[in-house]
Amino acid sequence: MSATLSRQRKRIADPAFRWFVTLAGASVFVILAGMVIRTTNDAWPIFQYQGFFSFLTGDQWLAGSSRTDSDFTGTYGAWPFIYGTLVTALIAIVIALPLALCVAFYINQLAPKRLRNPLSYSVEMLAAVPSIIFGMWGFFWLLPNVLRPFLEWLESTFGWINLAGWKPFEGPVFGSSYLAAGIVLAIMILPIITAIVREVIAVNPVDQQHAAYALGATRFEVMRKVVLPSSFSGIVAASMLGLGRAVGETVAVMMLIGSTKSWDGSLLSAGDSMAAHIAARFGEATPETTKALMAIGVVLFLFTMIINIGARLLVWRIGRVSGDAAV
Amino acid sequence: MSTTDTTDTTAKTTETGHRSLLVKQGNAGARAVKNRFATGVLTAAMAIAVVPLLLIIWEVTRRGIGAIHWDFFTTDEPSYRQEGGYRAGFVGTAYVMGGAILMSVPLGLATAIYVVEYGRETRAGRRLSDLIRFFTDVMTGIPSIFVGLFVYGFLVSSTGGLGQGFNAFAGSVAIAIIMLPIVARSSEEMLKLVPDEWRNASYALGASKSRTVLTTVLPAAAPGLATGSMLAVARGAGETAPLIMTILGSQYLVSSYFEGAQGAVPLQIYRGARQQFEAGIERAWGGALSLFLLVLILVVLARWLGSKANKLK
Amino acid sequence: MSVFDVQGLGVAYGSFTAVKDISLEIPRNKVTALIGPSGCGKSTVLRCLNRMNDLMDATVSGKIIYNGEDIYGPEVDAAEVRRRIGMVFQRPNPFPKSIYENVAFGPRLNGFKGDLDQLVEESLRSVALWDEVKDKLDDPGTALSGGQQQRLCIARAIAVQPDVLLMDEPCSALDPIATLKIEDLIRQLESSYSIVIVTHNMQQAARVSEMTAFFSVDIDDEHGMRTGALVEYDTTEKIFNNPGNTRTEDYISGRFG
Repeated sequence: MSATLSRQRKRIADPAFRWFVTLAGASVFVILAGMVIRTTNDAWPIFQYQGFFSFLTGDQWLAGSSRTDSDFTGTYGAWPFIYGTLVTALIAIVIALPLALCVAFYINQLAPKRLRNPLSYSVEMLAAVPSIIFGMWGFFWLLPNVLRPFLEWLESTFGWINLAGWKPFEGPVFGSSYLAAGIVLAIMILPIITAIVREVIAVNPVDQQHAAYALGATRFEVMRKVVLPSSFSGIVAASMLGLGRAVGETVAVMMLIGSTKSWDGSLLSAGDSMAAHIAARFGEATPETTKALMAIGVVLFLFTMIINIGARLLVWRIGRVSGDAAV
Repeated sequence: MSTTDTTDTTAKTTETGHRSLLVKQGNAGARAVKNRFATGVLTAAMAIAVVPLLLIIWEVTRRGIGAIHWDFFTTDEPSYRQEGGYRAGFVGTAYVMGGAILMSVPLGLATAIYVVEYGRETRAGRRLSDLIRFFTDVMTGIPSIFVGLFVYGFLVSSTGGLGQGFNAFAGSVAIAIIMLPIVARSSEEMLKLVPDEWRNASYALGASKSRTVLTTVLPAAAPGLATGSMLAVARGAGETAPLIMTILGSQYLVSSYFEGAQGAVPLQIYRGARQQFEAGIERAWGGALSLFLLVLILVVLARWLGSKANKLK
Repeated sequence: MSVFDVQGLGVAYGSFTAVKDISLEIPRNKVTALIGPSGCGKSTVLRCLNRMNDLMDATVSGKIIYNGEDIYGPEVDAAEVRRRIGMVFQRPNPFPKSIYENVAFGPRLNGFKGDLDQLVEESLRSVALWDEVKDKLDDPGTALSGGQQQRLCIARAIAVQPDVLLMDEPCSALDPIATLKIEDLIRQLESSYSIVIVTHNMQQAARVSEMTAFFSVDIDDEHGMRTGALVEYDTTEKIFNNPGNTRTEDYISGRFG
């Protein structure tokens, strides 16, 4: 009697469990689709009102105050924020990537064996430090003590540079600026990129490296001619993931970029990024502005999707880097 | 003359008449120099990278330690007085994270179970699990502020959304969406480490698939699964941006999970750092230090569990 | 005349002593085999001969005199040592590059100025691989069979024109036919190179070598330490037919001690 009961229960329990885990797996698609549909739907009236192209390229952003979906009063050109996002993220990656490469190679190839594990653990730990902490440190310590003098020096030394009308280091110096935000972002994504690159080069077969050493290669030649070529696509993927993080970063940028609605060619000017602008204005937004901020969010999402899908396809081509380091 | 000659020859050839190892042949000298130069550059880069990170730890500790005392955890933050702490934030973070863990860990784990245990059975299943893995990877790259916007539009907003207003639940949902792919991907790696022989042994005893997964595979992978989840918690606990649009923030203790704006430590740090008076900024440093320690403990604990899990290999 | 004169060699990895007190002279242009049970330190000794052990954080004591100079001397560059003393590994490890580029890798590094095509061809000919691969030099080296890959690795090693070839169980990953081909090759290369080969296969040592060194494990029960030591070193003929030490005899006859 009880045997049949338990067999019956088993007959139900097994398919039920299967259905549960299958649905859980499928939930990823539901969540992703939900996110895209919900936000695009909310942002749609703004794109219609402003035109998608002029939303991307217009450089005037005046928040309106309409409470309905039709009588919009604002002007929505998101270019200053798109520009700010791209500039800060590029500064960050240009600084962080070479350093991350060197650090990863140092840990993997040069550091004494007993230091390698502690060093890579520390890198992974730093990759987990919340961005608000980088933002606070950047704003209260780095900006007054290092960045402001550095930016002033840049302005006085290179302020004259004029590349066909583009003056990258033109004053005045406020402190908060694209460059300040970019540098703090670089410090923030450095451990993230390092962790991934280290993992990518760690899977390079040791016996190929030994083969090169046995041919009389120096350590540098082994890194340059054996490890680097076969890790190349992994390194590209790591930098794209780092770029994705920099593009999507909110609070650290918000505290250092200066929050203006204008844009300027000088790296020493204050500006704003997409994510920072959304977060800074969300609290005081009218329903119309909220939709406009959603629209910025959709554009930001598109940017990060392009970067991420590219990076993931690359990573997939070279085989998986294990899960947690890629966080 | 003869002395210089003999020293010269002994430098070039050995007693046995062979070319000495000390003689750099062809490009060997230049290569050795290049190698030393590269070694110098890498070491310098390591030093340059370490400095700011040590400075952060030093500065957060130095300025945060003064703010941390018993009252910091047991009192609320007044608007303009010296005393007070981040109780509302700690409780709020616990609320938000508790809910987020309850949602993301079972869902992420189940996703991983599907991909590893069930997805391999059929060709369609393999294709589906490849897609799931790809999109969970893609999900880790979604900006957290976008997740916040979505949850605002979906749950909080009354125009088009469910109109529930700001509450801790909305925050949990946002953080859960951020944690989900991390949990799913790391759990997947851990489940893969469980040897197939263990599964087969369980089937040989007549156990069903679900029973095998629940009583053999999951316990075997448990330390590793905990590692992934704890790293996800570490990531989720520090998130600031999505909370602005889901729980809004509160300086005072809010006991309801489903009703009313809620506080959180990262939000209080963010607001405190923008205040004009010293006490507020000092509290923000205290919050930053506690958040840093929380993350540190989680990561160290996760690594410790992870090293136990690796012994499975 | 010997190419290597190993004097009181000891190797430790951290607190673990892998081998100690090894002394032997390795003859020029002959094949010397290092045999013994696993854990006896024969590969460790081999890796000292071109300072590959440097990469494994080993502490090396004693001297290895190569052509009258200590290769562990304070002024000596390990890379220079390895340019003179080539190595072939247990598992074939071609680079993920074309067959041609695999062989050309070393000469290119060394700034080879002559006709590279000719050098590649000669190297491949001397390992009897040229006829098999001459029409597909641009194919990846990893696409070859295991035995071909190992011969490619030998060609890669001799392309930098070393003086000595070290082989660390070069046939352990190969099938019997491929193994025979490699053994033939070793006998041919003997006239131009001094060869030191580590093998766990006693018949192989008997077939290819003139000199054989038998290593074994000294077990110190008191401290639970296992250290590799050289038991006997003599001509291969003597070691296999008339060993001077009972431990050698037990091992050779399969009784293993």
